[in-house]
This record gives sequence, C-alpha cells and structure tokens, in this order.
Amino acid sequence: MKRHLISAADLSRDDAVLILDTAEEMGRVADRPIKKLPTLRGRTVVNLFFEDSTRTRISFEAAAKRLSADVINFSAKGSSVSKGESLKDTALTLEAMGADAVVIRHHDSGAPHRLATSGWIGGSVVNAGDGTHEHPTQALLDAFTLRRRLGDGPGTDLAGRRVTIVGDILHSRVARSNVHLLSTLGAEVTLVAPPTLVPVRTEQWPCEVSYDLDAQLAKSDAVMMLRVQRERMNAAYFPTEREYARRYGLNGQRMARMPEHSVVMHPGPMNRGMEITAEVADSPRCTAVEQVTNGVSIRMAVLYLLLSGAEPAVTDTSENPAAAPAAAPGPATRTEENA
Amino acid sequence: MDSSSEGAAGVPVDGSAAVPTPPARPVLEAPDIARVLTRIAHEIVERAKGADDVVLLGVPTRGVHLAQRLAAKLQEITGHPVPVGSLDITMYRDDLRMRPARALARTEIPGDGIEGRLVVLVDDVLFSGRTIRAALDALGDIGRPRAVQLAVLVDRGHRELPIRADYVGKNLPTSLRETVRVRLTEEDGRDGVLLGQRATAPTAEQ
Repeated sequence: MKRHLISAADLSRDDAVLILDTAEEMGRVADRPIKKLPTLRGRTVVNLFFEDSTRTRISFEAAAKRLSADVINFSAKGSSVSKGESLKDTALTLEAMGADAVVIRHHDSGAPHRLATSGWIGGSVVNAGDGTHEHPTQALLDAFTLRRRLGDGPGTDLAGRRVTIVGDILHSRVARSNVHLLSTLGAEVTLVAPPTLVPVRTEQWPCEVSYDLDAQLAKSDAVMMLRVQRERMNAAYFPTEREYARRYGLNGQRMARMPEHSVVMHPGPMNRGMEITAEVADSPRCTAVEQVTNGVSIRMAVLYLLLSGAEPAVTDTSENPAAAPAAAPGPATRTEENA
Repeated sequence: MDSSSEGAAGVPVDGSAAVPTPPARPVLEAPDIARVLTRIAHEIVERAKGADDVVLLGVPTRGVHLAQRLAAKLQEITGHPVPVGSLDITMYRDDLRMRPARALARTEIPGDGIEGRLVVLVDDVLFSGRTIRAALDALGDIGRPRAVQLAVLVDRGHRELPIRADYVGKNLPTSLRETVRVRLTEEDGRDGVLLGQRATAPTAEQ
C-alpha cells in the first residue's frame, strides 16, 4: 500500500483485496466482548473536517479508537479556519502536534492531494471526501458490502459482477471512487443519470453510461442510488423533483424487476421519496445500514495498513513501504509470508 | 505467526533460509511428527483429566494445522470432539513498527467460546516467546479461560520472556546462527522439521 489514500484509482487489485480481507478480520472484533485492539497505541489520528459529515467522521473516529489510536477531532466550524486560517497553516499546526495520520474532508477537490504532496506534514493522509473528486473509503466499504452480500469470500474480487450507479454522478465523489475501485476489482460499472448530471469525459472512465434506468435493472447485481446533491447545484439540472423521481428514482416496482440476489445500495444520507422510496429503503435488500457498519471495519483496515508498519524513510507520495523494505529500521529481508 | 521462520527479537531468517549455505538437515520426519503429536495428545488428556473442557487454539499459519491434527487425535483418544480454532496475533505483536504493515490471518474462536475453559495454545516453534506473549494478550481480549497451556512441536530455546511450554514435541538446542523450519503437508506439501544455517551471520544484538 502507498503511504496515503487519496484516490481509489491509486489502488491496485491486490491492494484493494488486501484492504477488504483485512476489513473482514477487523469486522470480527465487533463481535468480541472487548471491541478494542492495541495495534495503534501511541499513534495520533486527526480528523480534519472542513465539511459537514455524520457517518464518515464518526466512522473514522470509531475505527481509530478501536485500534487504540489517539483521536483529535477538528471541524472547521468553531476553529481558526473561520478566522481565515489557510489549509497550510492548519496543516503546520497539526504537524507541530505530531499527527501520524490526517483524515481530511474538504469542500475543494484536490485538498487532500495538496496536503499529501506539499510536504507540510509527515504523516499519512487519508481522503475522507474532497469536493466532487473522490471518497475512496466509501468505495472500499461499498465493495466490501457487495462482496459479502454476493457471497464471495476473502481473497476474491468482484470479477464479472454488474453494478449500476444511478443519480447525481456529476457532483458525486462516491461515484468517481466507485467507478475506479469496482472496475479495478473486475466489476462492470454502468452509470445511469439524466444527461445533465453526467460529467464530461466519462467516455474515458472505465465504465458505461446510460440514460435509461429500466434497461439496466434486470442485469444488475447491485444498484447504487446516489443522493441528488442540492447544495452543490447552482443551476437547474432537471425540470422537477417529481420528474426526476419518476425517471431515475428506485421504487418497489423497479426493485421487483431486479434479479433475486441483487442488492440496493445507498451511501447516505438518503432523500426518501426522491431517489429512493421508503419501501425500497426499508426493504431487506437495501444495504444502507450494513454499509455504515462495514465502514468502521474498512476504516480500521485502512488505518491499520497505513499506520501499523514501519515508518517509511522518505516522505514522498510515491513511497511504497512494501516495496522499499530498506526503509525499515530492523533487518527487513524477510519475505512476508502472509502478505 | 510463522515463528518457525522467526528470529529472536523479530530477526528475519526466512528469506535467508531460502538459500541455505549448507543444506538444511532434517531433524524430524513425517512419522516422527505424527508420533510426537500422538504423545502430546495423550499428555493433554492425562493432565486435563479427560480433556472435557479443552479448547485448542492454533497460532497461524502452521500452529493452526497442528491444532487441527491434535484435535483429531484427542477425539480418537477421548471419543468426543474437541473444539479447535485459530488465534491471529498480528495486531498484538511488539515488533509491528519494525516492518511494513502485515496482512492479518484468521481468528476463529469455536462457538462455545473460551470462557472458563482450558485453552491449549498450539504453535510450531517456540523461540523468543514473543509470539506467545502476544497470544496471551490477544486471548485476554476474547475471554477469560480457566487456564492456558502451551503446546509446541519444537522448542529451540533462546527465550527472551519468562515463558515455557507445557507440551513439547522435541527439544532442539540450537545456536542463533541456525534456523528451524517446520514444514507441514497442509501448507508446504510434506511434513518435516529442518535445521539449517543462516546464510549471513546475525547482526549484532539479536
């Protein structure tokens, strides 16, 4: 694994499968009487949130705490950011406090990349969602949920599975990360959205694009519904909400046309009545709640793989600890038996 | 973990042992391993007075296979099935920060748990004792056994912690220059314990 997790596109198939398999073991900790591991004792994880979040922030916090890391929560509201402090100065402050990892959510695309490559901080950077760019841990937990629900065990990828992602692709970092990750894992991804909500250049993405939801339903192993992100919309992308719901919303009738085994996914927060009806959201085929549970396991796996090992000697984004054993202080010629 | 290939204080020997300078010498062959496990199974039954509340937990990778073999032998002797599982100690290791992050192995606790039971930890090689220290920590987070015992196929000495085995397949006095490699059919295609020479001399202060 690389030292930072900025984009799902940075992950190779083996990296991704390793994270999913690690998450599988992390998930078992939740079944124990003592839901805590000593692994990251003495490490500090900073949750740097410039944008509102419920799920992702508490999920990262729970993950870090279950691994015994110290957690510092930082939200832009009520901090010096509201007095005009720049990302750089905030980063330097965190570095001075000795953060081993910074989990960052930012309203601007590219902020985590800047943080990772600028040399402002020495720790690992984990992208927890940046603007309309990427949200890699969400894609990982979606892939994890999918692999579990479709009955594929540890060590396997999603080869041959068909995933349809429906809705506001244009503003969705979840869709971008999922397209990269799911295709890396061998799944066939189809994006379905009104033409106005399909980003330019999707023909270069490893996926298909369709404007017709009904045509995709019968052949999908999973249908992922995305929230229409009103807060990012500065123009009229579709005539009315009713028309959107009628053409691109998932209701009981549409769900009935999906194959028996297929699942409905939603990264949350849901707009019931808009992209998904209450009937679908509350059906056992909808994995929204499961996705939240799995989110903790995935984030534990990511933090574990980024932080538990040797400190890399060079603080460079291209640094790959696994490929550069010389970075380890101890003799590191040993072949990783389980790696 | 793979303590067979593990040096004291986490000294890596696996990679160097793959290119042994003098050929590795077998110290236990397949029939010896079978005999030794049968003896350990009888010892467990004797000391646990019937092995009614015994739970076997193997330390991945090879300890798990040994635990399963022991469980089969215990069932032969006592006539009732003995719960067997695995206990991954990776996240409890004291040398995590000395190497790149490691993949995790499976922890599988048998259905009835370990609460109030006699847990017998099973590993292939007992060396520094650090793996067992980690296993005891891991066990503490899972439950409170009545007692914990340790069974190992080979005890090669050089302990760095006050830990000893209750059941030892073979005591194998070694020097730190030597490597002990356990091979099991389930993992490596055939059974055997090999004593080899480390290709390079151990660096200072092992």
